Formats: sequence, C-alpha cells, structure tokens
Amino acid sequence: MFAALSPEEWAALQLSLKVALVATVASLPAGIAVALLLARGRFWGRSALDALVHLPLILPPVVTGYLLLLAFGRKGPIGAWLEATFGIVFSFRWTGAALAAAVMGFPLMVRAIRLSIEAVDRRLEQAADTLGAGPVLTFLLVSLPLALPGILAGMVLAFAKAMGEFGATITFVANIPGETQTLPTAIYTFTQAPGGDAAAMRLVLISVAVSVAALVLSEWLARGLTRRMDGR
Amino acid sequence: MIEIDIRHRVGALEMRVAFRSEGPVTALFGASGAGKTTLLNLIAGLATPDSGRIAVVGETLVDREKNINLPSRKRRIGYVFQDARLFPHLTVRQNLLFGRWLARLPLADAEVERILALLDLAPLLKRRPAHLSGGEKQRVALGRALLASPRLLLMDEPLASLDGDRKDDILTHLEAVRDTIGIPIIYVSHARDEVERLASHIAMIGKGELTAFGHVNDVLRKSSGQEH
Repeated sequence: MFAALSPEEWAALQLSLKVALVATVASLPAGIAVALLLARGRFWGRSALDALVHLPLILPPVVTGYLLLLAFGRKGPIGAWLEATFGIVFSFRWTGAALAAAVMGFPLMVRAIRLSIEAVDRRLEQAADTLGAGPVLTFLLVSLPLALPGILAGMVLAFAKAMGEFGATITFVANIPGETQTLPTAIYTFTQAPGGDAAAMRLVLISVAVSVAALVLSEWLARGLTRRMDGR
Repeated sequence: MIEIDIRHRVGALEMRVAFRSEGPVTALFGASGAGKTTLLNLIAGLATPDSGRIAVVGETLVDREKNINLPSRKRRIGYVFQDARLFPHLTVRQNLLFGRWLARLPLADAEVERILALLDLAPLLKRRPAHLSGGEKQRVALGRALLASPRLLLMDEPLASLDGDRKDDILTHLEAVRDTIGIPIIYVSHARDEVERLASHIAMIGKGELTAFGHVNDVLRKSSGQEH
C-alpha cells in the first residue's frame, strides 16, 4: 500500500505523524502541570483556567485557528515577539500545524491526566511524606507513576486529535503541500479535485490504520502498567 | 521520651490530651472515634494541632506558641498505617528502601540485613504489594518505617485487618522489634490483649480526652470492670 503512494501523499503522511508527535510530546509537560493545578490547586481563577483550557473543545475550530493566526501570526503580538527573540515562526509552517494540533488536543489531554491525578490515593502521598519525601519528590515518585495510565490515555487522545485536526490547521497555516498539508487537509484537497477519489481513499485507510495502531499500543501499555499494580 | 500537650478540634470532636511517657511502648487505648488516629496524625505532622506542643526525645516537633511546626518529612517519624499503604507500583524491596534512600542512608548494610531478618522479609523482596497477604503487607510497612531510621514509631492498629493466626505472627514480630530496636513506639489499639502483651505504658482516650495514664498494669487493673 505504501509503495502505491505518490510523493505528495507520502509527504502528507510523514508530516501528519511529525506534527502529531511533536504536538503531543511538546504539550505534555504543560498538560501535566495544568492537570495538576486543576486537580489539586485551590486558587483564585481556577474556574477561569478550566474554562480557558476547554475553549478549543467548544469553539468552532476555524475560530481557534483564526485566533492563533491573530496571536501567533508574523504580525501578531506573540508571533512577532517569538520571531524577533527566538527566530521561531509559526504561520504557514509545519510548526504552526503542530501548535494548532497541540492547542486543539490540549483539553482532551488535560482532562484524562486530571482524572488520573484525582484518582491517586492521597493516603499513599501521606505515607511518602512521613518517609521523608517532600511535595515535589512525592509527586515524582508516587503520584506521577500512579497516574501514568491516565497520562498515556491523554497522550493518545491528543495524538489522535492532532492526526485528525482540520479546521484550525487550515485556517492558521493553510494547506501547502510538503509544508503544512497534513492527512486531513490532503484528503480534503483530493476530494475537491476530479479523479482524486482513489488517492483520498488511500489516505483515509492510512488515517484509520494510524489511529487504530495508536489506540492498540496505548491499551497494551496501559494494561501492562495496571497489571503490575493490581497483580493480575 | 514523648511529651504531648495539645488541644485540637476535628469535626464535632474536641480533643484535649496531655501526657509524658518514658515507656518503650505507649499504647493509645480507647474506643473507635475517640481521636486516637488523629493524635497519631498530629504527632506525624499530617495535621497541625490548634494549640499546644509535641516533643519527642527532646526535640520539639510542633509548638504553636513558639511558632514551631516541622513538616512531616523532617520529623523522622515512622508511621505504620492501619491499611499498610504500600506503594503499588514499586516492588517490596523498593518500598522498603523508599525512606532509607530519601534519608541518604546506606541501602545495603548490617542494619538493613538486621531488619530484613527480624521481620522475615527476604523471601518477599521481589514481589509487588498486590501479591502479598495482609500480614505480609504489615510486615513490609513496618520494615519500611524502621529502615528510614525514625526516632519514634507510630502504629495505628496494625493488626485490625488480620485474622487470629496472622495477628499472633505479627505480634511476635512486634515484640522482637520492641526488644531489639531501641526506638520508642506509640501503639494505637482497642484490643486489650494486644496492649497487655506489647505496651509498657498506656494512655486511655475517650471522646478526645485523656481519661487515664500510667503503667499498663496499673491502668488496666483500675479500669477493669468499667470498660470491656
């Protein structure tokens, strides 16, 4: 099947995998931090943070993409600053596709991780405390490993969302073959062109295969982790 | 030596407890809901008393008047919980060495060997907590607390969830710990036979108040006929 892919289709697949992986891995530290804040924090503005995190889930993706363009475009306040300071450009680059994918997957990632942190037995954290671990070590040595299945689930959800992201991506970074054309935008392009059905179908099958593979892999990992802890 | 003089309110329970014990094993004895576990949490630093002070072997752990309140992790108090609370993602060996590693003590020395032997832990080292019986879990929890080299050991009804034979097995191990490891122990129980067997001193607690304190035989003799 891969041999039958045209260079353009092949580029879209590679770019999608790169974008989804970078989006997932790069947003993970922030995802864990925000999930921890929402699960455990008692501070002013907590509900506001919760709402902000969930915004990409309820806004039309086109709106999220447009807001990203306004903020992270080359003339946007954050985008201009990032380019001037670090030389990082998002608009119409694959990095922008990764940013859009990360933002769109963030609520799903945070939710899964937050639930798993909330499920951690606080009494085990107390035990770690009496054994000399402070809050940071308790989190790293006890809470985080116990929340690992949920973190994994959050990563898979974010990855799957990133693989499928369309609206925000096309609005923010357009649909440039080889630079910002991911699987979904490539499929869209093929369905709009006469005679593109076969190519669209090939990419659809690849999309399904990648998503199912991610799901199976995470199930397998999560089961291994849970088995170790439950003794099954 | 353990000195406690605190007032603390939890929910509807108004606690007022003051005693000073020199005994190797001081039992906190009383019915469920009397505030025994709360008192242990105050000593361990998992809760802070509303007022008063707690000192162990000369060091003040908490003194509200002097604004002293050591965090739990700095108190060096071994706490054996009623429900063991072993870390499910770690092996028995990793559980046992958790506090010892954090305290930067040697992980393989004569002291480790001694405690492993004392509690018969060697055959369990590679297992995970999910594969241990209730009695084995409590032995590991006790070993984990002791290996962190605490200055005081707290035990909250460590036998409560065990059946008769296992109880006797753990009691035997507890006696060995009491007789060979020279750190003071505070032992919470509402079972008179356990207290008689293990404790030197007894603090009777009823509804948050200290009702009697003294050598175990004196207190139990006076109270027999009134309770249990």
